[in-house]
Amino acid sequence: MRNGGSDFQSTESYIVSSELALAVNAAVTLEKPLLIKGEPGTGKTRLAEELAQSLNTELLRWHIKSTTKAQQGLYEYDAVSRLRDSQLGSEKVHDIRNYIKPGKLWQAFTAEKRPVLLIDEIDKADIEFPNDLLHELDQMEFAVYETGEQIKAVHRPIVIITSNNEKELPDAFLRRCFFHYIRFPDEATLAAIVQVHFPQIQQRLLSVALEIFFELREAPNLKKKPSTSELLDWLKLLLAEDISPETLKAAHEQGGLMPLFGALLKNEQDVTLVEKLAFMARRQGR
Amino acid sequence: MLIQFFAQLRQEGLKTSITELLDLLDALEKQVVFGDIEAFYYLARLTLVKDESQYDRFDRAFAAYFEGVHAVDLAQQIPQEWLINSLQRQLTEEEKAKLQSLGGLEELLKAFRERLQEQQKRHAGGNKWIGTGGTSPFGAYGFHPEGIRVGQEGSNARRAVKVWDKREFRDLDTDEELNNRSLKIALRKLRRFARTGAATELDLPETIRATGQQGGLLDLRYQPERHNAVKVLILFDVGGSMDDYIYECQQLFDAVRAEFKHLEYYYFHNCVYEGVWKSNQRRYQEQIPIRELINTYSRDYKLIFVGDATMGPYEIAYPGGSVEHWNEEPGQVWLQRLLQHFSHAVWLNPQPMVRWPYYHSIQMVRDIMNGRMVPLTLSGLQEATQLLLHKGSGLPSSV
Repeated sequence: MRNGGSDFQSTESYIVSSELALAVNAAVTLEKPLLIKGEPGTGKTRLAEELAQSLNTELLRWHIKSTTKAQQGLYEYDAVSRLRDSQLGSEKVHDIRNYIKPGKLWQAFTAEKRPVLLIDEIDKADIEFPNDLLHELDQMEFAVYETGEQIKAVHRPIVIITSNNEKELPDAFLRRCFFHYIRFPDEATLAAIVQVHFPQIQQRLLSVALEIFFELREAPNLKKKPSTSELLDWLKLLLAEDISPETLKAAHEQGGLMPLFGALLKNEQDVTLVEKLAFMARRQGR
Repeated sequence: MLIQFFAQLRQEGLKTSITELLDLLDALEKQVVFGDIEAFYYLARLTLVKDESQYDRFDRAFAAYFEGVHAVDLAQQIPQEWLINSLQRQLTEEEKAKLQSLGGLEELLKAFRERLQEQQKRHAGGNKWIGTGGTSPFGAYGFHPEGIRVGQEGSNARRAVKVWDKREFRDLDTDEELNNRSLKIALRKLRRFARTGAATELDLPETIRATGQQGGLLDLRYQPERHNAVKVLILFDVGGSMDDYIYECQQLFDAVRAEFKHLEYYYFHNCVYEGVWKSNQRRYQEQIPIRELINTYSRDYKLIFVGDATMGPYEIAYPGGSVEHWNEEPGQVWLQRLLQHFSHAVWLNPQPMVRWPYYHSIQMVRDIMNGRMVPLTLSGLQEATQLLLHKGSGLPSSV
């Protein structure tokens, strides 16, 4: 970018669209958290990894679960073990600092080099979770009540937040973030992504496979549409099994399921559905 | 700066705040993007819109605003030198050579101005969505010098249609049709948490109390985790006119099954009478009487009807009105019995709302439901969850 910040681009192992690169660069320049949404398997988490790598800095991951509390990201005060220690008469008990464990945010605030902080799948947490982090993400500081310490960010970390859209996030939280929705890549981009992952894949195999893949995504009523990561798995298998483009094409034209369909279809009903569709297509062909 | 644009966004119903506008201006000042309207579009979307379901609205507002900018007669206001300069900067040597063959820059500019005039007329005619095939004069002059090249080539494949005019996020707008995932999210609002099951969480207040009682000797107490405890009873209308909505109902069914642990479902046809059934194959053998339903499921179950409520009025109002069997009591009596027991109830109607007034029966059912009928769309479902969380205002009086 023209003004300081980073210049995040596609790397050897990760293809990034121009919109997404713009989003990341804007977020880095303006020091705003970047909220990323998109279909599962479109590389939301990978983005943070690649960004950290391209900036040559540390990546701190904070995986959110349904039980995660905002406080755990700041620090945790282990009152139970202190109580235990007090009954055992341990010396440690006199210093409360022995029982305070810094969380991911604390680590990010005190890192020497501006780190990338990934808050993964924020929508898994309780509805109140994002609200509890408002001030911390905005001001990049918080107080440790037990010791009266004030933790303030040395460098404002680059915050990447991912969401699978399972819960709506509160407005106040959204206002403080930049938002980008990763679309499912089109055929050209997908081909580029595959090239990056399997450089030696034969061009023809790739085009046949992509054709089948997109056709499958178009199929109506699929419970789980295969995404990029499934495509990559499937190609890996095709390569490992040494299936030629001719076999793949022939199998496709004859109708029936594609070879190694297990990598693409993760649902029993989907398998039957695709079988049925292929059968119908074959009958029409006659 | 961009105040008009901001106003346009608000007008389209986007809940964009001033903070976000300031963020955008800040980004512009720091020159995150410069001189590229497409990048500006992405930047504005990044900073101002926080939900992909709002992308379509943003696209519309963006188009409306920048079409409006078109209407300003730019062609007259831009000095000739400016154009030539920017053109020369943009063109490659090869293109310049090609240009010479077309009669030089002068000719090109003339053609350009003509084209502009044409386009303005078209826009003035109000064909906002159609005039996308050509160039954007605004893009060409104001923000996007590259646009000139586009105009020259007529329909450059890469830039032929502006991103925001494609409106690719239309499907994500909340009033559009449903998909499984969005349904689940909408239903998730219906959560009610309660603590049940094995005690795995430390109960701090209880621990302190117990420890105090032990004279300071640590006594840990645990409590069960919180779980979604909402209970849902769904009655689906099947057969007849509902065949058109099989897909929607199936989606809804999948979503509710995934979302709720306590879920019970039954089927009925057109209107609820003495009994409902669980399996469509054996509907005549295995009917479950409504009375049993009422006795089995407690009042805290949320009752959801799914049906188009499209039938003859007699099917609701008269004894013997059913199209399938002789019913001793009219359908509305049975409906009201259900409603009296389950005070949290709502009717989801897959028929588009605009068609509701044309069916007398829909009006009747709506009255029986006390107005708690919503269309089976995402926003309808959101409304339904609200209705289900609060008790229906005033219950049907007679049984």
